[in-house]
Amino acid sequence: MGERVHVRTNINGDAADFLCEPRQSLLEALRDILGLTGTKEGCNDGNCGACTVIMDGRILDSCCVLAVEAEGKTITTIEGIAPLDGLHPIQQAFLEEAALQCGICTPGFIVAAKALLDREPDADEARIRHWLAGNLCRCTGYDKIVRAVLKAGEMMKQGPAIGQRAGVLGGKAGGTEAGKSVEDVYMA
Amino acid sequence: MQDFEYVAPTTLAEAIRLMNGNGLRTKALAGGTDVLVQMRGRRFAIDRLVDVKNIPELNELSCTESDGLTVGAAVPCCNIYEDVIIQRLYPGLVDAASLIGGIQIQSRATIGGNLCNSAPSGDTIPALMVQDATCEIAGPNGRRTVPVVLFCTGPGQNVLQRGEILVALRLAAPKANYGSHFLRFIPRNEMDIAVVNVGASVLLDHAKRRIVSAKIALGSVAPTPVLARKAMDFLAGKEATEATIEEAAEAAKSAARPIDDMRGTIKHRVHLVGVLTKRALQGAILRARGEE
Ligand SMILES: Cc1cc2nc3c(=O)[nH]c(=O)nc-3n(C[C@H](O)[C@H](O)[C@H](O)COP(=O)(O)OP(=O)(O)OC[C@H]3O[C@@H](n4cnc5c(N)ncnc54)[C@H](O)[C@@H]3O)c2cc1C
Ligand code: FES
Ligand code: FES
Repeated sequence: MGERVHVRTNINGDAADFLCEPRQSLLEALRDILGLTGTKEGCNDGNCGACTVIMDGRILDSCCVLAVEAEGKTITTIEGIAPLDGLHPIQQAFLEEAALQCGICTPGFIVAAKALLDREPDADEARIRHWLAGNLCRCTGYDKIVRAVLKAGEMMKQGPAIGQRAGVLGGKAGGTEAGKSVEDVYMA
Repeated sequence: MQDFEYVAPTTLAEAIRLMNGNGLRTKALAGGTDVLVQMRGRRFAIDRLVDVKNIPELNELSCTESDGLTVGAAVPCCNIYEDVIIQRLYPGLVDAASLIGGIQIQSRATIGGNLCNSAPSGDTIPALMVQDATCEIAGPNGRRTVPVVLFCTGPGQNVLQRGEILVALRLAAPKANYGSHFLRFIPRNEMDIAVVNVGASVLLDHAKRRIVSAKIALGSVAPTPVLARKAMDFLAGKEATEATIEEAAEAAKSAARPIDDMRGTIKHRVHLVGVLTKRALQGAILRARGEE
């Protein structure tokens, strides 16, 4: 076994230090060392996007990054997307549009879509399809996923207060405004 | 994946020393989108991986109308194609950088890694070749500069010697009435390896009618990306008409020495060279005229 390396990161708003071997991918560190199993392994070679996370503001395939390369980085995984109470609009839209079947691809799509909508809330269908080209889905045929992302963009524009709070990169998932549930704000 | 030592030097001198590595099998790590996938596929064994992303010189990205473009070897594609000045001055390079993999891959993949991986299909290589890009290389014996045209020597092979590191790519300031374009054929819209790719650049005269000089580079049709010299020579001094472009595209086919494989047959690839050369030249001419 290779010599273990101490890696310091910030994951979903919290400091996360871990020991790993140089040969372990960030995906392995997230799942096997840190227990963050929401990030999925599909192909393990950069083609499917199931392992997508946000690192320092950019989406990447965590299977194609070494865990040691995450030293000093700020990372958001699927576990950091939802506010403490309720769902992120993208998650809500995926449910409403039935944008998943088996669900293995879903965390990757949601993380990738969040990075897009945080930058470009007005992204149109062509832009969404292009942005999500690195995420594969064997079940849905993509149309429902694209519809869900379009809908989430609309929802995020309507509810900027929560949208922003849940949308802070790597930020800790915030609660909702006093007395209001996420649904109150988004579904109104 | 096999065990190895990971080092992340912060100076070029240290990186060269670590790459030289006293008989150790070493490799540089930039975005890792080739090297990590290859290691997992047991394509080779190594003792030490030298992460080059913490070396300041390899992170330089500067672009001005007067000095041209310097792209450090560790700069990811997304930083290149999001730069509005680079978009305006080097659209042919932006074409290539923005179609490597998907967005996730573009966050990591570098042009330097694409070149050093030296695949016959490497998408940025023809785009660099037609813009006369040069490689700044540093190693145990000092610095040297090598034109990109001479960098690749075979599939996965290049001129880098033991301990040498690609520091940056440099592109001269674009002249007036100059345009570049890059195209690739793949069976899907995104995320595939080129069946054929073509870069083209043209310099037009003051009236923007006559071609002063042109460059065409073809990928995936030979052991390394190649210049289509016959077509380039033919274009020099000609009017930029449809007939001229057609004839050049036909001439470019003679530079292709492709193989049959699962991505395409020889016949299909040679045909594609003609089609893509024509369209890449048309695109480069439009850009040289400021019409796109
Ligand atoms: C899903 C997927 C899709 C892809 N799509 C495309 C595509 O469309 N088109 C395409 O051309 N490629 C594609 N690739 C291949 C790859 O992404 C590119 O070749 C990329 O540009 C490599 O850059 P990198 O920084 O990741 O290189 P790395 O993997 O870090 O390095 C590549 C090679 O170059 C060497 N190297 C890197 N930097 C230096 C340096 N500074 N000095 C000396 N040697 C160095 C490494 O040792 C290694 O041998 C794809 C890969 C994946 C996984
Ligand atoms: S598991 Fe990482 S891209 Fe498929
Ligand atoms: S829902 Fe099954 S792969 Fe996408």
